[in-house]
Amino acid sequence: MPTTITMPQLGETVTEGTVAQWLKKPGDAVEKYEAFVEVSTDKVNAEVPSPVTGVIRELIVKEGETVPTGAPIAIIDDVAAGAATPEPTGSGSPSEQVAAAAGDRNAEANHQASDEPVPGGNVGLSGPTYSAPAPSNAASGNGASSGVAPGGVRVSPAVRRLAREHRIDLARVRGTGANGRITANDVLEAAKAGPSAAVAAMITTAKEEPHPIPAPPPPTPPPTTSAPPTPTTTPPPPPPTPTPQERAKPSYAGARPGELIPLTQARKIIAQRMVDSKHTAPHAWTMTEVDVTNVWKWRVREKDAFEKAYGVKLTLLPFFIRAAVESLAAFPLMNASFTDEGIRVHRDVNVGLAIAAGGNLIVPVIRHADQLSVKGLALAAGELIDKARRGKLGADDLAGGTFTVNNTGANGSILSAPILVPGQTGIVTTEAVVKRPVVRDDDSIAIRSMMNVCLSLDHRVVDGAVASGFLSDLKKRLEAMGPTGSL
Amino acid sequence: MTNVEAVRTTLHDALARDERVLIMGEDVGARGNVFLITKGFLEEFGAERVVDTPLAEASIVGVAIGMAMEGLRPIAEIQFADFIYPAFNQIVGEAAKTRYRSNGDYTCPLVIRTPYGGGVRGALSHSVSIEALFYHVPGLTILAPSTPADIKGLLNAAIECPDPVLFLEHKKTYRSVKGEVPSGYYTIPIGKADVKKAGTQLTVVSYGYNLHQALEAANRLEGEGVSVEVIDLRSIRPMDKGAILASVRKTRKLLIIHEDNKFGGIGAEISAMVAEEALFELDAPIRRLAGPDVPAMGYAQPLEEEFMTSTDEMVEAMRELAKF
Repeated sequence: MPTTITMPQLGETVTEGTVAQWLKKPGDAVEKYEAFVEVSTDKVNAEVPSPVTGVIRELIVKEGETVPTGAPIAIIDDVAAGAATPEPTGSGSPSEQVAAAAGDRNAEANHQASDEPVPGGNVGLSGPTYSAPAPSNAASGNGASSGVAPGGVRVSPAVRRLAREHRIDLARVRGTGANGRITANDVLEAAKAGPSAAVAAMITTAKEEPHPIPAPPPPTPPPTTSAPPTPTTTPPPPPPTPTPQERAKPSYAGARPGELIPLTQARKIIAQRMVDSKHTAPHAWTMTEVDVTNVWKWRVREKDAFEKAYGVKLTLLPFFIRAAVESLAAFPLMNASFTDEGIRVHRDVNVGLAIAAGGNLIVPVIRHADQLSVKGLALAAGELIDKARRGKLGADDLAGGTFTVNNTGANGSILSAPILVPGQTGIVTTEAVVKRPVVRDDDSIAIRSMMNVCLSLDHRVVDGAVASGFLSDLKKRLEAMGPTGSL
Repeated sequence: MTNVEAVRTTLHDALARDERVLIMGEDVGARGNVFLITKGFLEEFGAERVVDTPLAEASIVGVAIGMAMEGLRPIAEIQFADFIYPAFNQIVGEAAKTRYRSNGDYTCPLVIRTPYGGGVRGALSHSVSIEALFYHVPGLTILAPSTPADIKGLLNAAIECPDPVLFLEHKKTYRSVKGEVPSGYYTIPIGKADVKKAGTQLTVVSYGYNLHQALEAANRLEGEGVSVEVIDLRSIRPMDKGAILASVRKTRKLLIIHEDNKFGGIGAEISAMVAEEALFELDAPIRRLAGPDVPAMGYAQPLEEEFMTSTDEMVEAMRELAKF
């Protein structure tokens, strides 16, 4: 029975998804709960597990295509339902392929019990579809049906298992058994030389191969507007000999083009959103410097006990977020979105954390961050960072941010101009904490732990006064934190 | 020593060795058994230990069960396996269940010997194979050795066994099969099959008279370059699954040969066991050669031959399976 797979709703607020990458192709076996497609929503690629064990029949949506949630994206022939009917073209028995590729003993047993043919005899290895010569029925005389189904040969459980173990493409093994049946010994012989060599050694000759692998098409000639050149025996004139001056010139004609890294779907999305943000929201930027000496001391005092108690390293980040959300409460316009209808000031304070993970930039969200203490923020941030690094973030982890904190200082940066997350008014950075001499208000000079805090803002929503006020407020709150505080 | 001589000497030694051992059955005393197995035993061991019984199989086994439960070691003989049916209830309903129903307080160290099988023009009431009627029953051990040495070792083991043993002797092998027999007392563990011939391309599991035919067939095929491994089951229950599986895992092909009817026979059990345990080792359908589904073996030679699997048929089946 075929199962139609639809674009999943990967989060409450998600209404569409982009097929980032198909992890399977038509004909491939897929096990229940095995990821078979990457779907992109927001800024993350989520691997979607198959709800059934079966074989991919059709991929309806192309990679890069965005469809609404609930839209059909693929069809899987459900092996478990016992309806894996071989295609008339002999493109493969779904149950067989599943059993072979997934090592599913039950599926294999089911297949054997049904005595289905194994079109192609393919055991899940890549290779062309096999159309074996159709031998006549083996006259074993034991009452067992040993005929050959159109387009395929039967293989025994032992052959299937050995082929899988030794990675032998049965389509290329010549059978020595009755009427050309592939025996277990044939597979073992093929395996003696190792998988690839075995395959090569056992390839049937072109004469014997009923459906040889098609040769690659001839190279397409370059487009031309003139008539094809007339064949001639006259050799072309030699290129002109360069003069000494020309030889002395540096030439870049032969410069190597460098490596071209294909765009991943995640990178495409990141790029598009950055462009959208820059094109949509007029960014302004401001910065302040903060004396974090005291909060640093506080952190140092607490960090060992904290890590021991909660298993999470205590960094400066939760202190910073705590100060930021308090400042957001004082400057609610910084926690807002510009819309055509007006400026939407958000009731919730959901702080996104910009994290680099797996080569991508992702922004998971601490929901209701204003309701969390420093400890709560540390634990929430630690969990999100851990999930990000393990690739376990879900769409809900990424949705709903109203303001973003970017911890650029973790990489040693002391100044940065972050790009707003689309729809948000502010993004603030914590730069590296640097010890340096500071002239204080009482004209003394002291060695202090200083940190720059940078803010990018949507100038449509707020102007310099609000932004500066927010930043100053944040500075004051951070500088007011000290070792006497409570986490 | 022939098979029948092996039975005789083993019984004789058992009687001589252990006073608890006694033999009872129809014509085992003065007549010395229809195959002369116990000839002279009555004179040597006395009427209390070599007991002629009436033609009443239920009584033979029933009385023997009582003796066994009271500490003796009775060896009850059913003159031909075809006559065992009246004793079915005693064997299945009582002997096999004694240990279980008494929670181990009582055991039933009883041996029931009986000649079985065809090939001797025994006809309707002297040719039957009965193993499938009994192997379904837990609590019952069924032995069917095929060679003199195995007969001695397994009969000794059966007499020692604290639970009831059905000891099957294929009458066709009584005098047609000869072999070396180790001197002195020894036993062969119950439940252990024996690889009578090692091979690589095909496993044949058999027992009784068929075992010897299978060996002959395998030896013939050796000349054709076909290597057949022949396993003598010896113990039908408990069955030596390990030996069978090990062999099948090596050869990947299995042929089961037995004389009993094919439907529901021991071959069905072995086949199912292998399918359950070693499906992914199999490179060919499991095959069985067995008796046809007719109620009995005919007396007429063509009918008897039709029932019995010939060595030629075995050769052909092995050849096809090896080639598969």
